[in-house]
Amino acid sequence: MAGAMTGHPIGLSIRGGVKVYPGTRALKGVDFDLRMGAVNVLVGENGAGKSTMMKVIAGVEPLTEGEILMDGKPCHFRSKDDAQAAGIGIVFQELNLFPDLTVTENIFMGREITRFGHIDRAAQRRETAKLMARLEQDIDPDAALGTLRIGQQQIVEIAKAMNEDARILILDEPTSALSSAEVEVLFRLIDDLRRQGVGIVYISHRLEELIRIGDFITVLRDGEITGSRPMEGVDIPWIVTEMIGDASKDFPPRATRIGQEVFRAEDVTLPREAGGLAVDHVSLSVKAGEIVGLYGLMGAGRSEFLECILGLHPHAGGAMWIEGAPIGRPSVAARIARGVALIPEDRKRDGLIQIMAIRENITLSALKKFARAFHLDLKAEASGARDFVSRLGIKIASPEHPVSSLSGGNQQKVVISKALMTGPKILLMDEPSRGIDIGAKAEVFRTMRALAEDGLAILFANSHLEEVMGISDRIAVMADGRVTATFDGETAPAAEIVAAAQKQQKVPA
Amino acid sequence: MSTTSTPTRPMSGSSGTLLLFLKARTFIALIVVIAFFAVAAPNFLTTANMVIMAKHVALNAFLAIGMTFVIITGGIDLSVGSIVGLCGMVAGWLVLYGVDLGFAWTIQFNTLEISLITILVGIFVGMVNGLLITRLNVAPFIATLGTLYIARGAALLFSGGATFPNLNGNAEWGSDSFRWIGAGTVFGIPVSIWMLVIVAVGAAYVARSTPLGRYIYAVGGNERGAALSGVKVRKVKMIVYMFSGFCAALVGLIIASQLQAAHPATGETFELNAIAAAVLGGTSMSGGRGHIGGTIVGAFVIGILSDGLIMMGVSTFWQTVIKGLVIVAAVVVDQAQSGLEKRVILRQQAALG
Repeated sequence: MAGAMTGHPIGLSIRGGVKVYPGTRALKGVDFDLRMGAVNVLVGENGAGKSTMMKVIAGVEPLTEGEILMDGKPCHFRSKDDAQAAGIGIVFQELNLFPDLTVTENIFMGREITRFGHIDRAAQRRETAKLMARLEQDIDPDAALGTLRIGQQQIVEIAKAMNEDARILILDEPTSALSSAEVEVLFRLIDDLRRQGVGIVYISHRLEELIRIGDFITVLRDGEITGSRPMEGVDIPWIVTEMIGDASKDFPPRATRIGQEVFRAEDVTLPREAGGLAVDHVSLSVKAGEIVGLYGLMGAGRSEFLECILGLHPHAGGAMWIEGAPIGRPSVAARIARGVALIPEDRKRDGLIQIMAIRENITLSALKKFARAFHLDLKAEASGARDFVSRLGIKIASPEHPVSSLSGGNQQKVVISKALMTGPKILLMDEPSRGIDIGAKAEVFRTMRALAEDGLAILFANSHLEEVMGISDRIAVMADGRVTATFDGETAPAAEIVAAAQKQQKVPA
Repeated sequence: MSTTSTPTRPMSGSSGTLLLFLKARTFIALIVVIAFFAVAAPNFLTTANMVIMAKHVALNAFLAIGMTFVIITGGIDLSVGSIVGLCGMVAGWLVLYGVDLGFAWTIQFNTLEISLITILVGIFVGMVNGLLITRLNVAPFIATLGTLYIARGAALLFSGGATFPNLNGNAEWGSDSFRWIGAGTVFGIPVSIWMLVIVAVGAAYVARSTPLGRYIYAVGGNERGAALSGVKVRKVKMIVYMFSGFCAALVGLIIASQLQAAHPATGETFELNAIAAAVLGGTSMSGGRGHIGGTIVGAFVIGILSDGLIMMGVSTFWQTVIKGLVIVAAVVVDQAQSGLEKRVILRQQAALG
């Protein structure tokens, strides 16, 4: 045991790991070593490839090229079950639980204790109670999972992985939903597991947390490992540099002409379902021709704030103005008519009607433009859609094909076209570069800049520091629902932006 | 993706033909059914028989048109059969008794007024469906299942379960023309067929060439996405269920007029035939896809199939089995078509790089 503590043997490694998804290379030849009896911290921006790498290890996705070695021998996981049998447990970022079943049933899902072919409920309940005692959690084994707080559900998920006697435990952002007291419990538990020789992979965006808990750190950027070392001597600036690189890529030049104020929000609030505020007294203004970047971690309230502007939350508080006039009642149609347009974060779920044609998607928000009384002028509509296809350079075979046949970058341009067709005064973009490859990203940024040059005000949320710093004229940082700092886009220091995004209000447990 | 496209290139011509064939499948099925009965059943192709069959089909087609819009928005309307029964009873009551105001005062209505009131009742039930679904967030299946029972019960309560007979109307009140709705003809074609033509053309126009039609498809394709694009989802759903109620009311009126009697059990299981016609016509139960034209053809296939089988003397038990087989086959082919369509389009898109 003592030898393991000092030596930290390598329990699993990836050599030359490549993972290709249609349209993107998520992993570009990574070499990764997972050390046993230690916390292996994994950090990188959204889309850097962390989750993909963990899915490969957990057998959820196969590698396109390269191999996985366990104790020096190559192994092939065809499914999650294979990996589980090899002692690998994973707690996913999104919960994979059954809300209507009890805590016990969730923990033993798929590996029930049976006696004479029927489930031994009493034994399962005893085991669950033991697990909960070990986790210092006062959770009733018979409670329906859906009645627990999200944080508690996360604990149940961790208990489930522990119950599987994992030798390697992967935790993908386990603390994003936990209160500070629950985080302490989790950390004690991780310490405990580490002493028992379990190899832990810990993914998080909270850098201070990583430095506190980690023994080894691996930084990923764009599917490549940019830094890998023991945790001694690592500080936040080092991590940030490795995460985003130092030279900004080819971002278009910044605004030359900034005009009148187009949009102003004062003390916008939005209550969270679980209590507290998702958007906590946010005040912000955007001028014509200006691109304002809204930086923050996941769950910082950026998307919610943008949704408030679009009028999606009727119970939101505060006041907003467009060109000096109050924005009016919270109805999406009315707000669009007032000149607000949103490019949603989740293109598939919110941005597009997948089974409709490209043309129909482009014109959906602005159909009234092509209608006289109730009659829709289909010819005018088609030519309007064609205009945008050529204006934004969307690559399509025919505007009548379903939009789902396009690549991510082209789909995003369809969403942008739809928003622009309403003739907006302010364009809200939630993670406009998510899920599209680098070439298409650059094109999206050029489009944004060109639109701003035409006098459009743009407010965009982004969790990629490099992108926010590269394109914003002004940067507002959000954490925990509040704007914690604002910077000038050109001179903002990266470390300060990151620090501002990490500011947490102490939430009572 | 691009590497595999080379060997499949010679296939694209034949898969294009196959796709065309699959797309027109309901129409082809209609032709096959007509051709089969033309040979197998004597008198099938006579004008008189065609008119009779068209009148049968029209009843289902009305309901199927309303149902198509509901299904395209991703919902379902199980209450239409009951609305038919209820509206028939309302029309029957108005023809026979008028509205009793008490104090020995009774208002009598002419045919137009009776029709309008009946239609309003149908729209009202549709509105109740819509409110349950959009305001109280009841799942469409459950909400309309509830109104199915409520409307049927209300129809039975009207007469205590009895039939309103002899709906001849009264010339004095201007309701003697009530029979004309079901029995009259214009240019030799029954009134109900003309009504179907008007409703079908109107519905097809709305679906194709109005913003409302586009919104209906958008709501069914992705409700959240539609809402974020500024589509008033609740309003669209309300309209769709009210229109379905309207169509059901027309059927109730026509049946009451044709039979000159209103029976409270009229319209039982009509909703299932309407759903079958819509599905047969290519409407996707998951929403977002469907065409009025397809639905009409689907209604004709089902109607002609059952009438033709009767003429051939096939037992009603077998008719039911055959109808079920046709529906299942239609859905299986539909799946094959959308899979093939996706492949063809992806190939064209991949060629662009």
